[in-house]
Amino acid sequence: MSSGWSWYISIIALANILACVWLIRWTAKKRPGEAAEHETTGHEWDGLQELNRPMPRWWLWLFYITIVFGLIYLVLYPGLGSYQGLLGWSQYGAWEEEVESVEERVAPLFARYADMSIPELAEHEEAMQTGRRLFGNNCAVCHGADGGGRVGFPNIANNSWQWGGSPEEIHKSILDGRRAVMPPLGAALGDDGLEEVTAYVFNLSGRDAPEELVQRGQQRYQSMCMACHGADGQGNKAMGAPNLTDDNWTYGGSLEAIKTSIRDGRQGRMPPQKDLLGEDRVHLLAAYVYSLSSHLREEEDAGDDSGEEAASEQEQARND
Amino acid sequence: MQSTIKYNENVVRQFALMTVVWGVVGMGVGVLIAAQLIWPALNFDVPWLSYGRLRPLHTNAVIFAFGGSALFATSYWVVQRTCQTPLFAPKLAAFTFWGWQTVILAAAITLPLGITQGKEYAELEWPIAILIAVVWVSYAVVFFGTIVQRKVKHIYVANWFYGAFIITVAVLHIVNNLAIPVSFTKSYPVYAGAVDAMVQWWYGHNAVGFFLTAGFLGMMYYFIPKQANRPIYSYRLSIVHFWALISIYMWAGPHHLHYTALPECAQSLGMVFSLILLAPSWGGMINGIMTLSGAWHKLRTDPILKFLVVSLSFYGMATFEGPMMSIKTVNALSHYTDWTVGHVHAGALGWVAFITFGAIYALIPKLYGKEEMHSIKAIELHFWIATIGVVLYIAAMWIAGVMQGLMWRAVNDDGTLTYTFIESLVATYPYYMVRLLGGVLFFAGMLLMAWNVWMTTRPVRETAPVKVAAQEA
Repeated sequence: MSSGWSWYISIIALANILACVWLIRWTAKKRPGEAAEHETTGHEWDGLQELNRPMPRWWLWLFYITIVFGLIYLVLYPGLGSYQGLLGWSQYGAWEEEVESVEERVAPLFARYADMSIPELAEHEEAMQTGRRLFGNNCAVCHGADGGGRVGFPNIANNSWQWGGSPEEIHKSILDGRRAVMPPLGAALGDDGLEEVTAYVFNLSGRDAPEELVQRGQQRYQSMCMACHGADGQGNKAMGAPNLTDDNWTYGGSLEAIKTSIRDGRQGRMPPQKDLLGEDRVHLLAAYVYSLSSHLREEEDAGDDSGEEAASEQEQARND
Repeated sequence: MQSTIKYNENVVRQFALMTVVWGVVGMGVGVLIAAQLIWPALNFDVPWLSYGRLRPLHTNAVIFAFGGSALFATSYWVVQRTCQTPLFAPKLAAFTFWGWQTVILAAAITLPLGITQGKEYAELEWPIAILIAVVWVSYAVVFFGTIVQRKVKHIYVANWFYGAFIITVAVLHIVNNLAIPVSFTKSYPVYAGAVDAMVQWWYGHNAVGFFLTAGFLGMMYYFIPKQANRPIYSYRLSIVHFWALISIYMWAGPHHLHYTALPECAQSLGMVFSLILLAPSWGGMINGIMTLSGAWHKLRTDPILKFLVVSLSFYGMATFEGPMMSIKTVNALSHYTDWTVGHVHAGALGWVAFITFGAIYALIPKLYGKEEMHSIKAIELHFWIATIGVVLYIAAMWIAGVMQGLMWRAVNDDGTLTYTFIESLVATYPYYMVRLLGGVLFFAGMLLMAWNVWMTTRPVRETAPVKVAAQEA
């Protein structure tokens, strides 16, 4: 603020406050010949009159106290133009101080977690309580309180991973974010081509579609989609090309939704959390996300494929 | 003396009736959106019924349609009586009625369509904003023209407040609505960033200060002494609290922007002036309530006086709460919570609507040459259900607001927030139910008033000779 503006605002602010003091004193003054306290002023409008009572003393005290408080505040805190106040207080300073003190308090805790591996942390009850709260306040708004996702935001609790489900891959997804690019293919495919590829992709997850369309769709798929989604439609985790065969859909698995994805493309984006949350908290979050599908992994490891079944059951329940 | 002056009562009648009509509409929409907060499905997936569009419709309908019509009606009545002269420029006065109703109708159409400037309490797009400015300047011409023509030397205190309200709202509205149109239904403000926010809340808070406070204090200064048949408590208090109120209010806007990108010096001034505003605000309450000294017994029998006096206690409560919430430390807890909603409704329902009910109940029989309202019992009933409604409403929002503020700031030992946002929302549901109940009661009272006004004003054939007699008397 230039010093001209600073003086201008300070002077009219103080003048307004002091004018109130003058106004009170000027109005309270007794003048010779005026009406007594219990009498009216002598004016009358439509039968209405007013008494010449003095202002209530307690009310005047209230007025003066707020004025004195206000003036003291303006001496102590930044309020008058560019004057910073005697206390040197600022909202940014106060905020930084508070953040610092919290960081200082929790640093040892997170340092301890940082030394533990992600699978280890995922078994650590106390760490996972902290993880759940971090998730609830930072991730749940898109991925849902249970990690089940919603249209446009992947399910991260069903052990079906667009970018890979190893501890390192999850950690990287959170820390650096992810950017997926499904190009719009509507123009390249044409109306018929779009119908055919849609039918093929629909069929990939084991659902019925007209045989003829599926066959023609397969040929087009091989020339246009296979590079990313793979010959068998299993996807490619390195580039975030989703598996098309597991009936797990980020943007919806209906014919219409699949068609829209192919025609218009999709630009999924997971924002990087490095600068927002910092490495230590991301480490803990990765462990929490990893823990969401721990039971599915265990079942898978046990050698049967009931894990996948459970996953699709869970998926089914969520879709219902 | 009065019988020799032919006052312009037609425009007063029109505005008084529309006050009741818009009260029913505005409060009805309020009840609907309060229900939507509990059952979002009540928008029926119709965009025009979505909360985000109906909420500004509610605020515009209750503040500008209901409150505005009441202010027009009473100010036109008061300024003629206290100046002992009919309204200046009666055709222009008629224009203010039709112009204002057009504004309201345009608001009721454009807001549900999603046409908005996105500025709270200043949502209406530029063609409507221009019409508002034209109507408002006409209003000023009629009002001050009448003051100039007055047959009494002094200007009555109610007219000071009405006058300040009219001038300031014109300035606020015009400055805050300066925008560059890009199409018939879209414009962009000439201000940007923190400056835009500051102008918006300079407007926003003074809309509260001058539209909802000064204007209704004008109403109070006429109808309370009239109904109580007592002189105003203290002329000196009137002078000090009037000038202090209108000068200090101007600075208070930045308290809406505590802990934001607004420069701290502006925030501090906003807080300091809000605190100093306490005494000037209370001056009006003291002057109104103490005017009853020597006439307290009338409160037992006169439900109109009950409305008028209880409105002042809500006014006192809200104007104590306001300065308190403007203190930065308190604001850090209360801001963005339902406490603010409770605070606003303590003022809007308890003060603005109550004083309006009282004034309209006092005016309607006079405007239609009746002895009194059709049913005094119904006024009494209206008073009690409305009072219970307001108390339920604001108590629920106080508790909800403080709870939300505490939940949002709770931090665990590990530095994480104790509650997620959604948890605070779930915890608020019971209070939303109580708020809805309060709103339904208040709305029921409004419907009762509409019925009572209808029964009082409808033409009755058999009693026609009596009516003439009453008019002559």
